[in-house]
Amino acid sequence: MSLSAKIPEGPLAEKWSKHKFDLKLVNPANKRKYDIIVVGTGLAGASAAASLAELGYNVKAFCFQDSPRRAHSIAAQGGINAAKNYQNDGDSVYRLFYDTIKGGDYRAREANVYRLAEVSVNIIDQCVAQGVPFAREYGGLLDNRSFGGAQVSRTFYARGQTGQQLLLGAYSALNRQIHHGKVKMYTRTEMLDVVVVDGKAEGIITRSLTTGEIDTHTGHAVLLCTGGYGNVFYLSTNAAGSNVTAAWRAHKRGAFFANPCYTQIHPTCIPVTGDHQSKLTLMSESLRNDGRVWAPKTHAIAEQLRKGAIKAAQVGEADRDYFLERKYPSFGNLVPRDVASRNAKEMVDDGRGVGASGVAVFLDFADAITRLGKDAVAAKYGNLFDMYYQITDEDPYSQPMRIYPAVHYTMGGLWVDYNLSTNVPGLYALGECNFSDHGANRLGASALMQGLSDGYFVIPYTLGDYLATIGPKAVDANHPAFAQTKKDVTDYIAKLLALRGTKTVNEYHRDLGHIMWEYCGMARTAEGLTKAKGLIQALRADFWKNAIVLGDNEEVNASLEKAGRVADFLELGELMVDDALMRNESCGGHFRLESQTPEGEALRDDEHFAFVAAWEYTGDNQPEKLNKEALEFEYVHLTQRNYK
Amino acid sequence: MNLTLKVWRQKNAQTAGKFVTYQAEGISPDMSFLEMLDVVNESLIHKNDEPIHFDHDCREGICGMCSLYINGHPHGPKRAITTCQLHMRTFHDGQTITIEPWRAAPFPVIKDLAVDRSAFDRIQQAGGYVSVNTGGVPDANEILIPKVIADEAFNSATCIGCGACVAACKNASAMLFVSAKVSQFALLPQGQPERYSRAQSMVAQMDAEGFGNCTNTGACEAECPKEISLTNISRMNNDYLSAKLFREEHAHENNG
Repeated sequence: MSLSAKIPEGPLAEKWSKHKFDLKLVNPANKRKYDIIVVGTGLAGASAAASLAELGYNVKAFCFQDSPRRAHSIAAQGGINAAKNYQNDGDSVYRLFYDTIKGGDYRAREANVYRLAEVSVNIIDQCVAQGVPFAREYGGLLDNRSFGGAQVSRTFYARGQTGQQLLLGAYSALNRQIHHGKVKMYTRTEMLDVVVVDGKAEGIITRSLTTGEIDTHTGHAVLLCTGGYGNVFYLSTNAAGSNVTAAWRAHKRGAFFANPCYTQIHPTCIPVTGDHQSKLTLMSESLRNDGRVWAPKTHAIAEQLRKGAIKAAQVGEADRDYFLERKYPSFGNLVPRDVASRNAKEMVDDGRGVGASGVAVFLDFADAITRLGKDAVAAKYGNLFDMYYQITDEDPYSQPMRIYPAVHYTMGGLWVDYNLSTNVPGLYALGECNFSDHGANRLGASALMQGLSDGYFVIPYTLGDYLATIGPKAVDANHPAFAQTKKDVTDYIAKLLALRGTKTVNEYHRDLGHIMWEYCGMARTAEGLTKAKGLIQALRADFWKNAIVLGDNEEVNASLEKAGRVADFLELGELMVDDALMRNESCGGHFRLESQTPEGEALRDDEHFAFVAAWEYTGDNQPEKLNKEALEFEYVHLTQRNYK
Repeated sequence: MNLTLKVWRQKNAQTAGKFVTYQAEGISPDMSFLEMLDVVNESLIHKNDEPIHFDHDCREGICGMCSLYINGHPHGPKRAITTCQLHMRTFHDGQTITIEPWRAAPFPVIKDLAVDRSAFDRIQQAGGYVSVNTGGVPDANEILIPKVIADEAFNSATCIGCGACVAACKNASAMLFVSAKVSQFALLPQGQPERYSRAQSMVAQMDAEGFGNCTNTGACEAECPKEISLTNISRMNNDYLSAKLFREEHAHENNG
């Protein structure tokens, strides 16, 4: 099948404006004849649902949490990028575009990324108008800070809780539309399948997490805004409930899954302490504005630190290796995430890790505290320091934080064209759920930007074109596809509930996570990935024989919910491994040990791999089919990324 | 560590609940409270017993999904943290821990320790927003906001909507929650056009949901994981009273 990204013709800077003019419109009186389904209420989902309802469409929105305000966008800490150039430091739409393409290691579409940079400025305006309390200067203007992969300060923030404030802004816009009756909100409701009628998405099947009721919902279009799949690794910075189920079930109904192996491992997270751990906690990238990353220079000192014989503060300047500043003098501690993560791993692999486990490096604020004072540091990062203290019982004001990379974000996701449409007409994917804008590595403060760009400023335009094309005829809920899909879901649940084995679902999830982290984590090899594939297949087969799933469908049943999600992760994990094995190059967060520069940086193979890998489901336990979308670069020159 | 847990078990809102005692064994002081419950649940599942149901999601103190009334305190004995950030090093070996759901009539139990907090959403829907559509808004820097005002609005906006204030209050009052949102917008220039109608609509919905009134005990502030201050309630009372006395008509006009 040929994949067309439907990128508009014309010069890069004019593509989006021209496209907006070319898109068909739905007249105001007809908009109310269309029903739109929005699954997920994070930044992408809430902003899309609110904006579409404002236009006049009837929206049904769904989330599995008890309130739309709890979607995991809420946990984003550091900030949101926008090319406002308020700091007069040389920023521009083109520079944000360029930084993002380069940061993604030249594996994203130029046209998408340019549009993202272009609308970034509107997002800040929108959020401020909603009453989002961004940080301000004393003169009343907005403040900015710096993030990795950029040499300008373009990140807007609300202390260490930017995601919370942006989501509450989108949530308030959503609430306004719920109040006006234009959005019908379904909370504690999980989407379990997409209904495809004659090749077009026309509805979804959901399960109520309170009553177990399986329901059918019709719509002229279905928007999946269901986030990423980082929880395939078991331990990640994602919320406990974050899952791939909606996207994966859509994939099994025909939507291609693109670049599944592109995973972001965030460099500054609180290290793992033991097997009991249920999640990892991020320490915002913004900390790298003032914190300095280091490891001891010698094995001997590292050993003493690990044993607790000496404290970090006792290690003299001459015995510290500020390895990011040493290797990358231009960007220093603000190199992109993939680069920072790999370097931390290198230190640990070299035997210079710290902390009891030896799997950590330091993030040190001593200089910043001397320079700015403790109060100023607390004002900027207080909530993060408190969180660190609660979790580790160590005071980061008096000794450096111990940090180590952890799974944080997935650049891969459902394949979408320039209009955010998957290859299944009527089925759209927004935000982290799609693959489109970050290439092989996402820059910090760009996830919030993309989620809100997709929801506020892209989909309201592009969806209209599709709706105008299909016309406002009501969707036929009596089409046999609805009953059949509902039956498939019910049968699947029955199959899960029949599992009365000896191993808990959580244990399978943890086992899968170990396999993924070991073989498909920060360093990947053909040998390891091949081994992982076998291990995942065996684990999946065992799951369907020996898992324990308790209770019934017609009740609150967390055991059943989790089983469905883990079953999907067990399938996705294999596809990620296939993709990582196929991509015999290193790029961004995908690091194949076989493909590196003499300095140990990711070495791309543009001749053979400058494409998007869009995987097509062909049946249960069948190998997936690879479709390729070639990436063409007209404006940026592909080079080895250099942050030195 | 080994602990004795007395946990509230309740099948659903229609059935009566009761305390059931469990032993939590081999608990590490580095575990979070929810991870301790995970361990207990894993052992229950292995025995084919129904696991204890509780709400949780982000597990980093920001989503507001986790709750739990632990030894008489919402989110446990420590100040200014949520249950997911409470670590077992706070407790001692051999301790008995009592775990209950939020108890308030507007928060009916869904199952065991999870309650229905949708009343909070309905209060927000009644007016917790600035009426602007997407697009067509002024440049962000055209609205000047003094830093102290922006910071104060931010402090109010950090409410996570967990419901601890209601659980802590002898009257099951939601005033702290409602006033935090009312204050955020009342402080900011963007919130002025709907300032008084918003206070009235949100308070009306709060009353309709059956939350009690405020008698200035201050338990809400003491137990709030985000340290939302009582000043917010004063601000809301001020706006509400002002609206009732002088601006009722204005509010009606704005309600369309």
